[in-house]
Amino acid sequence: MYKYDKIDQQLVNERVAQYRDQTNRYLAGEMTEDEFRPIRLQNGLYIQRFAPMLRIAVPYGLLSSTQMHKLGDIAKKYDKDYGHFSTRQNLQLNWPKLEDVPDILEELATVEMHAIQTSGNCIRNITTDQFAGVAPDEVFDPRAMAEIMRQWSTFHPEFALLPRKFKIAVSGTKEDRAVVQMHDIGMEFFKGKNNEIRIKIWVGGGLGRTPILGSVIHENLGWKHAISYAEAIIRTYNIHGRRDNSFKARIKILVKAMGVEAFKAQVESEWAHLKDGPLTITQAEFDRVSAHFEPMPYESLPASDMSFDIRLASTPAFAAWVKRCVHAHKTAGYRAVTLSLKTHGEAPGDASSAQMHTVADLAEVYSFGELRVSHQQNLILADVKLSDLFAVWEKARAAGLATANIGLLTDMICCPGGDFCSLANAKSLPIAKSIQAQFDNLDYLHDIGEIEINISGCMNACGHHHVGHIGILGVDKDDEEWYQVSIGGKKGNDASLGKVIGRSFAADEMPEVIQKLIDTYVKERTDEEQFIDTVRRIGAEPFKAHVYAEKESV
Amino acid sequence: MSQLIIGNKIALNEWTRVVPPVYGDEPTRKQAGKVVMFKLHGEDTFTQKQIDGSEIPTTGKILLPLPIWLANKEVLASRLAAGEIGIVLQTHEPIESLANAFDDLNSLPVIAVYVQIFADGRNFTLGNLLRTRYGFKNELRAVGDIMRDQLFFLKRSGFDSYLIKEGRNAEEAIPSLNDFVQPYQSATDDVPVWRRVSR
Repeated sequence: MYKYDKIDQQLVNERVAQYRDQTNRYLAGEMTEDEFRPIRLQNGLYIQRFAPMLRIAVPYGLLSSTQMHKLGDIAKKYDKDYGHFSTRQNLQLNWPKLEDVPDILEELATVEMHAIQTSGNCIRNITTDQFAGVAPDEVFDPRAMAEIMRQWSTFHPEFALLPRKFKIAVSGTKEDRAVVQMHDIGMEFFKGKNNEIRIKIWVGGGLGRTPILGSVIHENLGWKHAISYAEAIIRTYNIHGRRDNSFKARIKILVKAMGVEAFKAQVESEWAHLKDGPLTITQAEFDRVSAHFEPMPYESLPASDMSFDIRLASTPAFAAWVKRCVHAHKTAGYRAVTLSLKTHGEAPGDASSAQMHTVADLAEVYSFGELRVSHQQNLILADVKLSDLFAVWEKARAAGLATANIGLLTDMICCPGGDFCSLANAKSLPIAKSIQAQFDNLDYLHDIGEIEINISGCMNACGHHHVGHIGILGVDKDDEEWYQVSIGGKKGNDASLGKVIGRSFAADEMPEVIQKLIDTYVKERTDEEQFIDTVRRIGAEPFKAHVYAEKESV
Repeated sequence: MSQLIIGNKIALNEWTRVVPPVYGDEPTRKQAGKVVMFKLHGEDTFTQKQIDGSEIPTTGKILLPLPIWLANKEVLASRLAAGEIGIVLQTHEPIESLANAFDDLNSLPVIAVYVQIFADGRNFTLGNLLRTRYGFKNELRAVGDIMRDQLFFLKRSGFDSYLIKEGRNAEEAIPSLNDFVQPYQSATDDVPVWRRVSR
């Protein structure tokens, strides 16, 4: 993974000093609440319902064991002994003190970490595929480009105060796992003629109040132009994006208002000035950064392992875990492993300090000292030997990290919701919990198969509810918490946005509603269909009919 | 009193900014129950009544909003030639309308960019374009809701003078011009770090 040189380290050190000074001025009353807000937000510090929330950057979801140990220590020392991994592959602390934040940042800086631009109206953490570098279907490892773009976007002077937040995702596989179409800018890297790396670029995607999938703004751009083209897009947005109404300030609104062709024309005329200038990424810089993402020193192993096969045959619980939580790898004899942060009864994405230390240790011993955070809010060991899988499973199971539910119903995406977030209209965690309780049987979960339930506590959509096969949105009606249910959303290459099935439900109705949606699917499905396929084939009507008909008769 | 920084020193402010009167009957746009904080790109800046009612000091160096200049440019031509006219651009005004208003932008000793509120980052793009695309070489001044926390970004975006808002200490703000020694990306002042130093 990327290791800081003197320049990187100096920058985060200077940031700690700058933020300490800003905090001191605020605490001394030299800065008003309104003036401090954009400053603390640029540093990931929200003022939440009970305490500030600090979002720590995990660039494109990649962490070292050392960093994970530090996060575990920080969660213990400054928080309530746990943290929350978010859909932006970052870590959120829910209970730090505002005056402690400079000290937390100072500790983070010792392990090459920070909280820069994890919030606020600026370019946020750049995300990518959690299996980058190890996925068998990968065309191009996007991590070096993600790092180059991370550096470019860090304290970018021209784009420090945009109309609204700005999210970029990059991907290097045919099958999109980075949800690039849901971002302000999405980039898919592919190989063109003569194996040259090219980029397909989407612009103006996003969830939130107005969910829109991105529009293609460039089909085939040379990789060296990634930054100059992004600057042309963001400059156009900075000048023309709306600033009078924060609900209409994302780039998606501008692209829609202008029309993608007119927007593209504007971007292209801007880009004509920037193309082939100093923003052009040099081969030397690409090579320098790429050297940090060389393949791991893999052993040369056979494709199968006898001890693994024996365990698989003799230990059904291990076999169930392997089926759900172990993924294919580019290199023979290796696998990627997902450690589930979706233990039934726990808040999705939450990890205790002890769990963080366990995962750090597992990574150290079994996966070259590195791990990843997925946007589905789980942790990944990307490079585990087949022969080590059983040991990893035993240790993960002891730490409550081996629920065999990855991709299944209880592997829900869920924002912190009204329990913590001051933006939320409704709680989301108790809904997740009640659904987990309703479906707390692994055999049944396996029978239901792959399904994504995404829960957001408000229309800001941190829980990505629009692209859940089942999406749940907390709404406020006359100061009561209600839940709107949609079905048919999907991420990936054939992404779609879910449609609301009808009137909303009270919290205690939710497990039954989900049960009825699942029952309808089980009744209607063909042998090879997953939930989303059935919804797409037969439409929403049979689902609605079952959910609402029975309601009326009760 | 607002204090002025030019370069990296406190300096005397020789320029008087002409602010059109407010009559209270200017159109206020409301959205979702909130008063509009930022004008959208390209909207009218002032009403004709405000333009007509603006008092222009008869002597000394003055910073004029673009619509005021356009309405009075014949009368003020000699003062422009004498170096007494600067323009203050609002962030929603298209930069092209400024560029089109003068044969040579460098006939202006000062261009100022006014932000109504800190969070409006359009001044960064405007500064950048004035320096890199429109070849403006004279003083570029940030005015309005300006505090030390914007200075580093403003400097990199081509500004070289900063009118710190009233009640804030400009002297203490000066070190913030150098918050970061080796920034990553290119801006008006430098190329990207990978072209700047050997890493």
